[in-house]
Amino acid sequence: MAIILDHVSHIYEEGTAMEVAALRDVNLVIPDGQFIGLIGHTGSGKSTLVQHLNGLMKPTSGNIYYNGEDINEDGFDRKNLRSKVGLVFQYPEHQLFEIDVFKDVCFGPKNMGLTEKEVQLRAYGALKQVGLEDEYFYQSPFDLSGGQKRRVAIAGVLAMKPEVLILDEPTAGLDPKGRDEILDQIAMLRKETGITVVLVSHSMEDVAKYVDRIIVMNQGSVMYDDEPRAVFRHYRELEEVGLAAPQVTYIMQELRRQGLEVGTDAITVEEARDEILKAVGRSRKMGGGGIY
Amino acid sequence: MLRDITLGQYYQTDSVIHRLDPRVKLVATILFIVSLFVVDNFAGYLIAAVFLACMVKISGVPFRFMVKGMKSIVFLLIIAVIFNLFLTPGEAVVTVWKLTITKEGIRIAMMMAVRLVFLIIGSSLMTLTTTPNNLTDGMEKLMAPLKLFRVPVHEVAMMMSIALRFIPILLEETDKIMKAQIARGADFESGNLIKKAKGMVPLLVPLFISAFRRANDLAMAMEARCYRGGEHRTKMKPLVYHARDRIGYLVMFGYLASCIYFGRILKL
Repeated sequence: MAIILDHVSHIYEEGTAMEVAALRDVNLVIPDGQFIGLIGHTGSGKSTLVQHLNGLMKPTSGNIYYNGEDINEDGFDRKNLRSKVGLVFQYPEHQLFEIDVFKDVCFGPKNMGLTEKEVQLRAYGALKQVGLEDEYFYQSPFDLSGGQKRRVAIAGVLAMKPEVLILDEPTAGLDPKGRDEILDQIAMLRKETGITVVLVSHSMEDVAKYVDRIIVMNQGSVMYDDEPRAVFRHYRELEEVGLAAPQVTYIMQELRRQGLEVGTDAITVEEARDEILKAVGRSRKMGGGGIY
Repeated sequence: MLRDITLGQYYQTDSVIHRLDPRVKLVATILFIVSLFVVDNFAGYLIAAVFLACMVKISGVPFRFMVKGMKSIVFLLIIAVIFNLFLTPGEAVVTVWKLTITKEGIRIAMMMAVRLVFLIIGSSLMTLTTTPNNLTDGMEKLMAPLKLFRVPVHEVAMMMSIALRFIPILLEETDKIMKAQIARGADFESGNLIKKAKGMVPLLVPLFISAFRRANDLAMAMEARCYRGGEHRTKMKPLVYHARDRIGYLVMFGYLASCIYFGRILKL
């Protein structure tokens, strides 16, 4: 039960002067239940990559397997695949269309041909899962705030009960509070259901504390694919491609450079605090550190 | 998915035709279309074909871009040909059941097809070599005399340039919306006509909303920059005729004259 990408490449306008390689020889295994951050600069190919995972785009070369089956083979049920690999696009405005929120969330399960009752149950469940209060269920989706629209969009996909949930920049355009709320909700959802989550983002800061694994894309290729700490050790290389490690990484690196014996692997503020306290304690015992 | 329409899509390269004044290109396109409907013999079409081929060559735009624009009229073309083929009275050539293909029918159908194809290629050539901004500048200038009759020339030109500008944006947006809905199991292809039409709702609603939002934003941005129509408005790059533009006019009128002479008056 996994998604496997085998030498996947996607070239736009192949054979013309405007040829652009959006993906170059990407090899990945996405096992069940993992929480993955897919990071890359604008135009790095991350959005193209996720559209391959549910068969919206076809690779120009290479194969993609879902549970061992080639998804681009003739006769493969891609409609079914799309309910298993749920993709939520960046802008909720691109998918909301019904007269009220509840009906909109029903759209996905309805397309799966479920019974009316099952459709409604799923829609209700999905809206609860994304933490939307009942009072919004019968409002027009266009009257909601940005964060709420995003929740409805996510619920619209969740209602299909996917095994893999892919979120393309779910925090784009949200304020810091809205961003944290959405991300916390997704983390909680994952804990409760054990669903595989792929979070696409251009910000390390956003994903650092949630994910098990970070895949960094650059110019269509996978640059790093490792657990967050290991990826952030390459913070200098990340900067060169227009990305950045979380700010605490820089602080810890700088503290170390200045002579404080801290570990530099902290990725959240809390971890950094503990690490610094430990280091300060240590240096006090030894009779004062360099900079104090 | 939907990127096949070339209308309003400029092909960036450097050629004499690209540098021509948009007014020349507009007039030339109109004259070219007129010429297509003036000629009615083989010699005339030959002249038109050679002329068009030369212009395409000079423009430096790859030929397949012109063909791309043709895809959208294939259906129209087929209908026009079929109707003309079967419904023109005259000397029968083949009779199938109640339908008769006549000699005149074949002639008219072929002329129709050639005219339509040339027309599309000719006008694609103009839009491919002229930026939408330039094009509307040209139109505004050409239609300026209509101001005397209280025609809001500037406003019309502005509306056209905005419409042209938004075609590729809305196409791209349509593509994104389609993808978002397909990801939710929407089906835009199968089913009968009614089911298909119903299936368009999830595409059209977000598209309309986005179009209105964009229009609103644009209006606001224009107002924020004190846009208030054409009165006393000056241009950063006013259109000025150069030597090449005069030559362009000469070539065009020469072409039209020879079309009329060889394609109409001289019965070849």
